[in-house]
Amino acid sequence: MTPQTVDQIFVITKAWIMGHVPGAAQPIASAILSVAPVLAVFPLLFAITTVLERKGLGRMQNRYGPNRVGPYGFLQPMADGIKSLTKEDIIPRSADAVVHFLAPILLVLASFLAYAVLPIGRNMVIADLNAGVLFFFAIGSMVELAVFMAGWSSRSKYSLLGAMRAVAQMISYEIPLVLSAIVIIMAAGTLSTVAIVNMQAVYTHGLPHWFLFTPWGFCGFILFMIAATAESNRSPFDLPEGESEIIAGYYIEYSGFKFALFFLGEYLGMFATSGLAITLFLGGWSAPFSFLTWIPSYIWFFLKLLAFIAAFIWVRGTFPRLRMDQLMGLAWKFMLPMTLLNVFDVGIWHLMPHGILRWIVCTALLVIPALLLGRALTRKQKLQVRTYRYAD
Amino acid sequence: MSIIFLILAAITITGASAAMGLRNLIHCVLALTLGFVGLAMLYLELGAQFVGFTQILVYVGAVAILSVFAIMMTRSAGPDAEAEAALSASWISGLVVAGATFAVLAWAIITSNITAAASAQPEVSVKDIGNALMHNYAVPLEIMGLLLTAALIGAVIVAMPQEKAP
Repeated sequence: MTPQTVDQIFVITKAWIMGHVPGAAQPIASAILSVAPVLAVFPLLFAITTVLERKGLGRMQNRYGPNRVGPYGFLQPMADGIKSLTKEDIIPRSADAVVHFLAPILLVLASFLAYAVLPIGRNMVIADLNAGVLFFFAIGSMVELAVFMAGWSSRSKYSLLGAMRAVAQMISYEIPLVLSAIVIIMAAGTLSTVAIVNMQAVYTHGLPHWFLFTPWGFCGFILFMIAATAESNRSPFDLPEGESEIIAGYYIEYSGFKFALFFLGEYLGMFATSGLAITLFLGGWSAPFSFLTWIPSYIWFFLKLLAFIAAFIWVRGTFPRLRMDQLMGLAWKFMLPMTLLNVFDVGIWHLMPHGILRWIVCTALLVIPALLLGRALTRKQKLQVRTYRYAD
Repeated sequence: MSIIFLILAAITITGASAAMGLRNLIHCVLALTLGFVGLAMLYLELGAQFVGFTQILVYVGAVAILSVFAIMMTRSAGPDAEAEAALSASWISGLVVAGATFAVLAWAIITSNITAAASAQPEVSVKDIGNALMHNYAVPLEIMGLLLTAALIGAVIVAMPQEKAP
């Protein structure tokens, strides 16, 4: 088999199956064949990630992590799944039963819908929408509603506080998230995720044209990843969970499989935003060097996704949680001005002639304000060494 | 009228009427969100991707969330919050306003020349919308931007802690 055949094996298989399907059933069969792999692969990835995360965090905290179920503890998610399926599904007596029931469903539904526009490999996308990136963000905004429904319907102070925190945080960080993605849309001139990836899968001197390798692309990538971490409510932005003060946040009143669904939704959202970051900044399924293009495109996508997951675990294990005012201050005082400046920067990049000068100008335009803004913001806070009254 | 249109219309109307009829305000907002989603699906069914997704992004992602927040901050909205009467005191004026709005919209639709426009379905990409906004409609766009900026600054001024008088 040639590398092309291996690369397109899933596309060819689908076309072969479609050849045996009668004409009337073609649209629905095509939809099922496209959607079923996503429904199978990403929850599996979620299961693997939970083990990797617990083991990775365990290593960082000088302990073993799960190592009892299966070889090296890798069957732990099976045990967790069976446990959560067999547990009693408790609905608090004062809860709003309908909304309480709908919230996890809406969350998982919205998380899955986002995968419709992610190109997982060459010619491997469920729907190549003209407004693909817009679709992604529109669906992402439905998650907020699900979180609110979960927190409000549980009729618990803790879950309501958690939902308020989560929604406030998601609204604040959605703005830098979208604005840092706009940079790529401006540079590419399209909202279609497939076209954005195709534009980056071009090589000069063996190196790809990823948007990461430009001043505005790099800046946008960092801002996007900070905002994405906050959007998926992960550490160091996991205030909505806040075990120490509000126990578990908006899903505290959920038990059994609904609780598992919240975790599934959270991780699926994290994978989807990572997938969008890969699509926008890291060239989607394209290989990092032209001599590695013989490796199938979907393998590159998943390698990049696994690298993102590793980075997320690493960040979770190393950074302390922010305070609420620090969280909001970071979003509104630092990230928002920087994303706006980044939008301005890509315009200058587009207008200036090719050459070393535009690299210098565009880099300086981002680095100097970032440094000045960071200095100004930290000076006002009067940071000093914290002294403990009783612990010393 | 296709079957998809009928289903979507049913969803939209169910959401909108539930938003008017339900007693709990949060339920009303959630039902209204269903109506918004139904409208967005109608746009998508007509092939207007940009409008449909923007409808979801703005109305479901922002308007619904903000209304919910506003309700929660202004009154108690627990699942068994005090139910209000189904008809408000000013239902006659509400009926008059709704009837007048419907009459104007219906008049505009009846008098417009629909048959000419419906002959060919235009392929409108997001790029065309962007070009139209940046060329033909640049001034209205800028005015909208100015208005929104003014609203933003106004909101910040309202929310700012007031300086103590010397």
